[in-house]
Amino acid sequence: MKRRLAIPSPHRRGFLTGVAGLFGTASLGGCDRIAESAWGTRTLKVGEDANLYVQRLLLKPTSMAREFSDADISTWFKPNGTVDPEDKPYKALAANQFSAFKLRVDGLVEHPLELSLEDLRVLPTRTQITRHDCVEGWSAIGKWTGVPLAEVLNKAALKPQARYIVFHCADTMEYASADSADEQTDGDAPTGKPIRYYESIDLTDAFHPQTILAYDMNGKPLPVSNGAPLRLRVERQLGYKQAKYIMRIEVADTLAHVGQGNGGYWEDNGYEWYAGI
Amino acid sequence: MATSQMPVATEPPGKAARQWTFRHPLVIRVAHWINVVCLAVLLMSGLQIFNAHPALYWGSKSTFDSPALAITDDQTDSGASRGVVQIGGRTFDTTGWLGLSTYRGESAARAFPAWITLPASQNLATGRRWHFLFAWAFVINGLIYLLYGIGSGQLRRRIVPDGDQIRHFGASIREHLLLRFPKGEEARRYNVLQKLTYLVVVLVLLPLMLLTGLGMSPGVNAAFPFILDVFGGRQSARTIHFITVNLLVLFVIVHVLLVIVSGLWNNMRSMVTGWYTIEPDKHAETGASR
Repeated sequence: MKRRLAIPSPHRRGFLTGVAGLFGTASLGGCDRIAESAWGTRTLKVGEDANLYVQRLLLKPTSMAREFSDADISTWFKPNGTVDPEDKPYKALAANQFSAFKLRVDGLVEHPLELSLEDLRVLPTRTQITRHDCVEGWSAIGKWTGVPLAEVLNKAALKPQARYIVFHCADTMEYASADSADEQTDGDAPTGKPIRYYESIDLTDAFHPQTILAYDMNGKPLPVSNGAPLRLRVERQLGYKQAKYIMRIEVADTLAHVGQGNGGYWEDNGYEWYAGI
Repeated sequence: MATSQMPVATEPPGKAARQWTFRHPLVIRVAHWINVVCLAVLLMSGLQIFNAHPALYWGSKSTFDSPALAITDDQTDSGASRGVVQIGGRTFDTTGWLGLSTYRGESAARAFPAWITLPASQNLATGRRWHFLFAWAFVINGLIYLLYGIGSGQLRRRIVPDGDQIRHFGASIREHLLLRFPKGEEARRYNVLQKLTYLVVVLVLLPLMLLTGLGMSPGVNAAFPFILDVFGGRQSARTIHFITVNLLVLFVIVHVLLVIVSGLWNNMRSMVTGWYTIEPDKHAETGASR
């Protein structure tokens, strides 16, 4: 047989470069720097955008979150995030069992509303036993009774340019740094404007039959730790979308003016706006 | 290229005939290395996500006071902090590795240590972004691999054991345990253990990672409730996700060790350029004529 090799003799240099390149990519030392750069953050967000697009494709407006039986209810429904708001206006409401509470519904609506708990309780109700999934990984099952958000929104009548429903809550998460840093304050007293919890959903989720404003949990008035007097249940998304201590519902055409523009407190801290996964 | 007969060339006569075989088509080589990157990022960002709630449960909901597994820290009687892993009712001290480890010179109470999580510091939001982006890359890469593998017949040829291999199963295990690797004609195909392992990884473990991952999504749960029925609830899906990744890590360890002992250079070359050399089998009665 003639010495005529049909193979390209392996190019050692090319091979070594290839291996080095692969390990360079695989060695993750630089990953944190990538994630912190502007283009890195944008690139990482591509996965999220794909999640939103595909889930909107898969989920019909009528696809329902699973509902459970009474026997499945968690003995302890883990409260998370704010469990006892320190805000004075909230504390005043809580001291009188929220008798003075008025839910404001405004923004792009024909009829702005102010609804007391009594007003909300006479509206049609829905009770559902559902699983609450925290972004951290745990789950709890609770029984929620409340008014479908669609009922409230229909009562207020959305204007045609309405796209998002924004929830403004009573609990302060942090204080925006004060403009005048050298202003003297006493001790540990917080300075700056309080940033209270806020969240938003789109109309697809707002009008879903399982999206309710819950005032009862497990057959009793919602406890403060779980969001009294009113919390959102939007069952096909994660826990941080289930805004607690809701004071005001704003109907908007954009989320640009909400917080830093990402549509929610945790969204402004890097979490996904569409929390379906 | 893929469906044609594997090209073969021999070294000049005189020396013992060392044969070259074109073992890995381009698509499989590229898919393999993309998968390496994806699985590394998915593992490390996955451990970051696990750290946000380092406990596992069975069923639909979390039973916080009786987890199936928990990685936490606690105080010993002398007041010193230690890392502990609880499995069922048993507790293991894992200080330095799990539960309590050092990050930037300081003691950090975290389930998995910083050197193996992405990002290194505790940051669930960024961990999730890495995880989802590379999950998409993993899925697209896997689909290309499967479509190509099935369409070209490569998948069946590579990872489905042949009849004679099943018949000599016991002998193969013995050879494998003695780290005696096939030579000559026999080295042209994967041995039966290799085939079965790849079969389980490609068609069971990796798809299981995807399905249990989707099983944790409240959105996907509403679209495809049967995923929950298959795995027995969201928390079970999370636990199976964790067990399966452990099996995959075990596979990678064994895979890399065997790559090294069965000829690191030859194996690496074949997965980069496609070309693999086969040592002649001196005892074989056939093969020399090829």
